[in-house]
Amino acid sequence: MAERAPHPDTPELRARWGSFAWTNVNAEKVREIIGRYPEGRQRSAVMPLLDLAQRQVGQETSTQGWLPLPVMEYVAAQLDMPIIRVLEVATFYMMYNIAPVGRFHVQVCGTTPCMLRGSDDIMDACYARGMKKGHTTADGLWTLSEVECMGNCASAPMVQINDANYEDLTPARLDAVLDALARGEQPKEGTQDPARHTVEPVGALSNLNAMADGNHDYRGEWATAPA
Amino acid sequence: MLADKDRIFTNLYGFQDWRLPAAQMRGDWDDTRALIGRGQDAIINEVKASGLRGRGGAGFPTGMKWSFMPKESKDGRPSFLVINADESEPGSCKDREIIRHDPHKLVEGALIAGFAMRARAAYIYIRGEYIREAEVLFAAVAEAYSAGLLGKNAAGSGYDFDVFVHRGAGAYICGEETAMIESLEGKKGQPRLKPPFPAGAGLYGCPTTVNNVESIAVVPTILRRGAAWFSSFGRENNKGTKLFQISGHVDRPCVVEEEMSIPFRDLIEKHCGGITGGWDNLLAVIPGGSSVPLVPAAEIMDCPMDFDGLKALGSGLGTAAIIVMDKSTDIVRAISRLSYFYKHESCGQCTPCREGTGWMWRVMERLRTGDAEVSEIDMLYEVTKQVEGHTICALGDAAAWPIQGLIKHFRPEIERRIGDKAVMMQEAAE
Repeated sequence: MAERAPHPDTPELRARWGSFAWTNVNAEKVREIIGRYPEGRQRSAVMPLLDLAQRQVGQETSTQGWLPLPVMEYVAAQLDMPIIRVLEVATFYMMYNIAPVGRFHVQVCGTTPCMLRGSDDIMDACYARGMKKGHTTADGLWTLSEVECMGNCASAPMVQINDANYEDLTPARLDAVLDALARGEQPKEGTQDPARHTVEPVGALSNLNAMADGNHDYRGEWATAPA
Repeated sequence: MLADKDRIFTNLYGFQDWRLPAAQMRGDWDDTRALIGRGQDAIINEVKASGLRGRGGAGFPTGMKWSFMPKESKDGRPSFLVINADESEPGSCKDREIIRHDPHKLVEGALIAGFAMRARAAYIYIRGEYIREAEVLFAAVAEAYSAGLLGKNAAGSGYDFDVFVHRGAGAYICGEETAMIESLEGKKGQPRLKPPFPAGAGLYGCPTTVNNVESIAVVPTILRRGAAWFSSFGRENNKGTKLFQISGHVDRPCVVEEEMSIPFRDLIEKHCGGITGGWDNLLAVIPGGSSVPLVPAAEIMDCPMDFDGLKALGSGLGTAAIIVMDKSTDIVRAISRLSYFYKHESCGQCTPCREGTGWMWRVMERLRTGDAEVSEIDMLYEVTKQVEGHTICALGDAAAWPIQGLIKHFRPEIERRIGDKAVMMQEAAE
């Protein structure tokens, strides 16, 4: 089990977040989200609502966002759930930050497929920039985590930074991404290998070559006898 | 090698647009009404005849699974289809490509499968970390609604069907079907005891079938081209085409659709440019995602990559996530890292798993550095046997099997480390 503890409940926390309420845009989204689930099953919406709340906190704090206890209470009230049931969900799922994080949450995948392709070097490159696992840098820019398999194994190693994946990394490619983010730019997402499109065999496309040139419709070839 | 015309996921690499008009030009949503018009029984029979086995890892026959759903609701409860897009098994990265590059195959499949099992709606549960992928999926579903392909009288079929997308938030265990249902109900994802099975009482206590993304997304093509076409690939009992995901020490890691039963060597040579440093440099392969035991180089080279071929080697096809390890690999560390993964992802419900995964990882770390007694290898093996089969879900088994595979095939390497460490300590003491 992952070991995590929620941020302490203090008068300062209450003062800062006690009056949390959805923005108008998010209030509209909340209505749509609850509508995805059957009548009386609004508790199903707790996960998307916590995600939305974390994002709103992120906007208000210029970070990836997190879930202060008063915000969880707000979600609980909206869904008519006991607070403990919301806390239970927030602490169970790793993507809910239950303590403050920095502007960019650098999540390095360290599971075996990434490890085999050099995730140690990626982690070292993060350390070399002053990041420390489980901590936020003093300038508030970077929070570093090692995460479990992110499902980008054929374009490993990778990091996920807030909503974006950066794949096929080398330390130099990672540095370029982080430098761009620090400058306030939006680096290209996905593979960082300039020769690669997504997860095809790079440099020697072995199949679906016609698709690289146009939106080929293969149905015309279906009728021909099997090879 | 599978011909391009026989590949189902023609936009696998995302060279072309995923949106509805482009997908329709590739053949998706082509007269879906007629497919549905064949009727529930005909669709299920066609899927059964195709030999399609679940692509999420367990390999249960898909058509048979659908046939467990009630044909009529005696008490007014609706039925649900839940599509498992919680792809989190280390090494697995195929459903991601379907979702972000060919989402309409999944959405159309959801309608057809949902109709066949008489479901009221489908919930697609996508792992939280697939953020951009979820954005595509939400948009694809919205496109389908706008075009009248979902909702009331979906695709003009006369059948009302909804598709909803539900994002997870970072918990491997939610890929287990009953944990997924719990999570969909707004709870922490802890697996349920079975029975009752989901087909009897699943989501909201209603009959539910949980299918993998790939299993659902191949259905429209199977219906269009016929069961005989699909079953013309692969060996008996292992039919069809399959998305293979090759990671680790190959020259060109990739995701590729191939025919089932393709020999390992062909798959790697044709699509991956060979093993890093050549075939003599191959050490071992984890052929089906982290949960299945590793297979040493010599045994896997000519193995047909399918359910039965890998089972015969004491391993499994799983999700066909192939993790290749060459001789530069610290094999004990590679497996120990997986032990850490299972420790991290144990939901904590069952004691053997909650306590066992942490214990096994700590011993694995000592075996990695050689800081152990030789007798502890057997003790570790014993403990894996205590965890295996003694938990509600298969996570306990999944944590045990990689370690068992390591001990079975690499015991001399573990003993060597312990011996070296002992010599080092002895020399240091003198």
